[in-house]
Amino acid sequence: MTVPMRRVLLRPFRVVWRRLTSMRTALILLFLLAVAAVPGSILPQRPLNADKTNAYIAQHGTWGRLLDHLGLYDVFGSVWFAAIYLLLAVSLVGCLIPRIRLHARASVRKPLPAPRNLDRLPESGTFETAATPEQYATAARAALGRRWRVVQRAEPGGAITLSAEKGYSRETGNLLFHVALLAGLVLIAIGQLYKYEGNRIVVQGPDQGFCNTVSQYDTWTPGRLAAEGKVTPAPFCIDALTSFVANYTAGGEPTEFTAKVRYRPTLGAPARDATIRVNEPLRLEGDRVYLISHGFAPRVTVTMPDGTVQHDVQAFVPSDASTLLSEGAFKEQGRPGANQDVGIAGLFAPTPQDTGNGVITSVSPQVNDPVLAIIVYVGNLNFNGLPQSVYSLDTSKMTEVGRANMTVGQTKSFGDGVKVTFGGWVPWVSLQVSHDPTQGWLLVAVVAMVAGLVASLGIRRRRLWLRVRDDLGSGGPTVVEVGGLARSDTGNFSTEFAGLLRRLQDAAGTVRHDAVVGGVPAGKE
Amino acid sequence: MAGIDGSMAHLSDSLFTTAIAVYAVAMVGYTAEYAFGRKGRIARTVPVAARERELVGAGAGPVIAPAAPPSGPPAAPPRRPLAERIGRWSLGITVVGLLLHATSIVVRATAVDAVPWSNMYEFASVAGLVGVLAFVVLLWKAPAIRHLGGFILLPVILLMFLAGTVWYSRATPLVPALQSYWLAIHVTLVSIAEGALMTSAVMTMLYLVKYRYDRRPEGAGRLAVLAARLPSAATLDKAAYRVVAFAFPLYTVAIIAGAIWAEAAWGRYWGWDPKETWAFIVWVIYAGYLHARATAGWKGRMAAWVNLTGFTAIIFNFIVVNVVISGLHSYAGLS
Ligand code: HEM
Repeated sequence: MTVPMRRVLLRPFRVVWRRLTSMRTALILLFLLAVAAVPGSILPQRPLNADKTNAYIAQHGTWGRLLDHLGLYDVFGSVWFAAIYLLLAVSLVGCLIPRIRLHARASVRKPLPAPRNLDRLPESGTFETAATPEQYATAARAALGRRWRVVQRAEPGGAITLSAEKGYSRETGNLLFHVALLAGLVLIAIGQLYKYEGNRIVVQGPDQGFCNTVSQYDTWTPGRLAAEGKVTPAPFCIDALTSFVANYTAGGEPTEFTAKVRYRPTLGAPARDATIRVNEPLRLEGDRVYLISHGFAPRVTVTMPDGTVQHDVQAFVPSDASTLLSEGAFKEQGRPGANQDVGIAGLFAPTPQDTGNGVITSVSPQVNDPVLAIIVYVGNLNFNGLPQSVYSLDTSKMTEVGRANMTVGQTKSFGDGVKVTFGGWVPWVSLQVSHDPTQGWLLVAVVAMVAGLVASLGIRRRRLWLRVRDDLGSGGPTVVEVGGLARSDTGNFSTEFAGLLRRLQDAAGTVRHDAVVGGVPAGKE
Repeated sequence: MAGIDGSMAHLSDSLFTTAIAVYAVAMVGYTAEYAFGRKGRIARTVPVAARERELVGAGAGPVIAPAAPPSGPPAAPPRRPLAERIGRWSLGITVVGLLLHATSIVVRATAVDAVPWSNMYEFASVAGLVGVLAFVVLLWKAPAIRHLGGFILLPVILLMFLAGTVWYSRATPLVPALQSYWLAIHVTLVSIAEGALMTSAVMTMLYLVKYRYDRRPEGAGRLAVLAARLPSAATLDKAAYRVVAFAFPLYTVAIIAGAIWAEAAWGRYWGWDPKETWAFIVWVIYAGYLHARATAGWKGRMAAWVNLTGFTAIIFNFIVVNVVISGLHSYAGLS
């Protein structure tokens, strides 16, 4: 009746909050997280492989589209996946705040006074000593050492008690782990917003380099804020691929890929040389440059129908990753409107093999008398039409004038006065530039997580009480009662306690056979 | 990088096969001890409180410590019962198997001139080794569970058999993407953690058997034969927990090492590649296990099922993700 209105209104929220921050909810959310991740590994994922995803949807009709609406092709970017981990994060915060407060209080509080009956504790023991209670208490504190926090109290009856506790850092470690986990999640989120990734193919030779600006990349995948232009890419340039080496075993297994590049860390800086290998990116201020893949760029000289001569080098894309059989195209523009453009569709086989009828394939990624197979077209290349792929030709307004398989140095003539020379090849590499401003901090957070975890799982909380009394003032020997309690991970506490008891006995130089040692004291039943 | 030393690779294969055979002999021995040994009778006659005290490796987890040698009670009679002698022999045989097994791995390392765990065969071999090692170390702390050796060796033998037949690959040099010291760190940690988690899963399965038996001894039927000779349910539960408490931080570090390596090799520390996704799933499930043990109503049997779910996810990650779902981690060429 007298409950304030505010309390009444807030009650449902309190109930929800208490639910949300309970251990049980955390547990259920953890399982939801695990289950939610499963489709992300089984269905094709758009961010990883868009082509495969689209093919899958096309193949599965209505079902495929339904899964698309549910976000199952981008699980880790989906609303419901985010909902689970955000709830978990909220639950974690709600669970951590009171625990941190409690732990801070417990850390400064003195260990609790000894309970009346130590032999009711899970482990207990008794022994006698010739020392006085004061002497023994001092010796026992020394024997326990610094790992135990000990408080000495005097009881009204004249007995001295020691309350000892250890393992506070277990909870400290646990809290550190969870806080660092939370920090890690936040850092990942920030990194996702500010990161970017650019890809660019660089053919060996001059004038093929690029600078770190959006327009010079073949593909560019920014985080949300980077996409809005809130991130200014570092002003470095990769000026040239100076060399690329690929080594293979006799069986065609790669053993080494090494690219040498010339670069400028900033626009005005002098050029430097660097080596990039598969596990060794070029690390610049804020950005990293990776060697992602490589291929061949054949070089041709083309005599056009009007008699002019054009030189061209084009990167071909591997259509087979293991043999590096590669496809590509040369597009040579003639006089505008003359319908005398020359288009060449090509296939480059590093180690060629004739499969019959002059059809060439490659049997190894190593270069060994390579062959360039070409089909030559003359006509209109449609340069004014839609943007085209550099790797394929639009032959709708062209006529074939011939085909040939050429080895390095060969020249062949085709119809309309077209002549093609296969001058050789140079390598190209695909470089990826990555930027993620938080990954260094994330590493700090995960190291803290591990440290917290090790403390949390490795350290045990134990309580120990000693009551030392000189036997009813009768002048008899001093009696020491010891009781112990495992507050976490009981493990092998009986053995542990027996060891402690022995140590405490030895501390006073007690005669051993007087002692009653044991985990299950007699008369406990 | 140098080529492959064929005769060394061959020697490694022979040692591997011999190790399987030796483990099989030890397994038979443990099973004999289990079936005819004294442990069973003790388990059936001594009250729970006392049995509780033959706690398994709970002391300090599988850490090598100068403890008493794995022998029987100090006041043992001069002539041990036959079953116990068989058990001791089996342990000796297991150690011989371990040595052969370890040598096989070292020889393969010399043959390829790199850490030998870049494919399923090699990984399975290392994980099996760790599984057996975890058991032997656990025995050091708690000789009382020796008769359970067969339960550990059976999955190891199965794993090694599959490794040697279905997943076998010839020794080859490492492709460039694997030429990193992070391979050694990452894969070593993963196989140690997963080998240990296998031991934990076995303990948990035995726990569940024992738990059911304790609840309804009369209705246990055939299970009774198995369950009566097991250590107490609490002991098995704690042993399973201790091993997870040891393996989980290792698994965490292994994932972090993998992320650091991925950052250097693929340009991002995490990309939800199927292998990475399943590592995440496994990690979350074991985190769930640790929470379950601290939650009223989830302790005990529920937590045990979570542990087994975690291990199932490990197996899925190892077999299905490697063989069926391909990703960056199944390595063919550069891209
Ligand atoms: C992001 C999700 C979380 C993960 C990955 C996680 C992970 C872990 C891990 C690995 C442990 C084991 C350490 C130990 O046993 O001492 C642990 C323990 C613990 N966690 Fe979490 N945790 C998460 C969220 C939460 C939440 C939301 C709560 C609060 C409801 C919570 C409360 C606890 C508590 C109380 C323990 C100690 C259990 C014990 O005494 O053994 N955790 N957590």
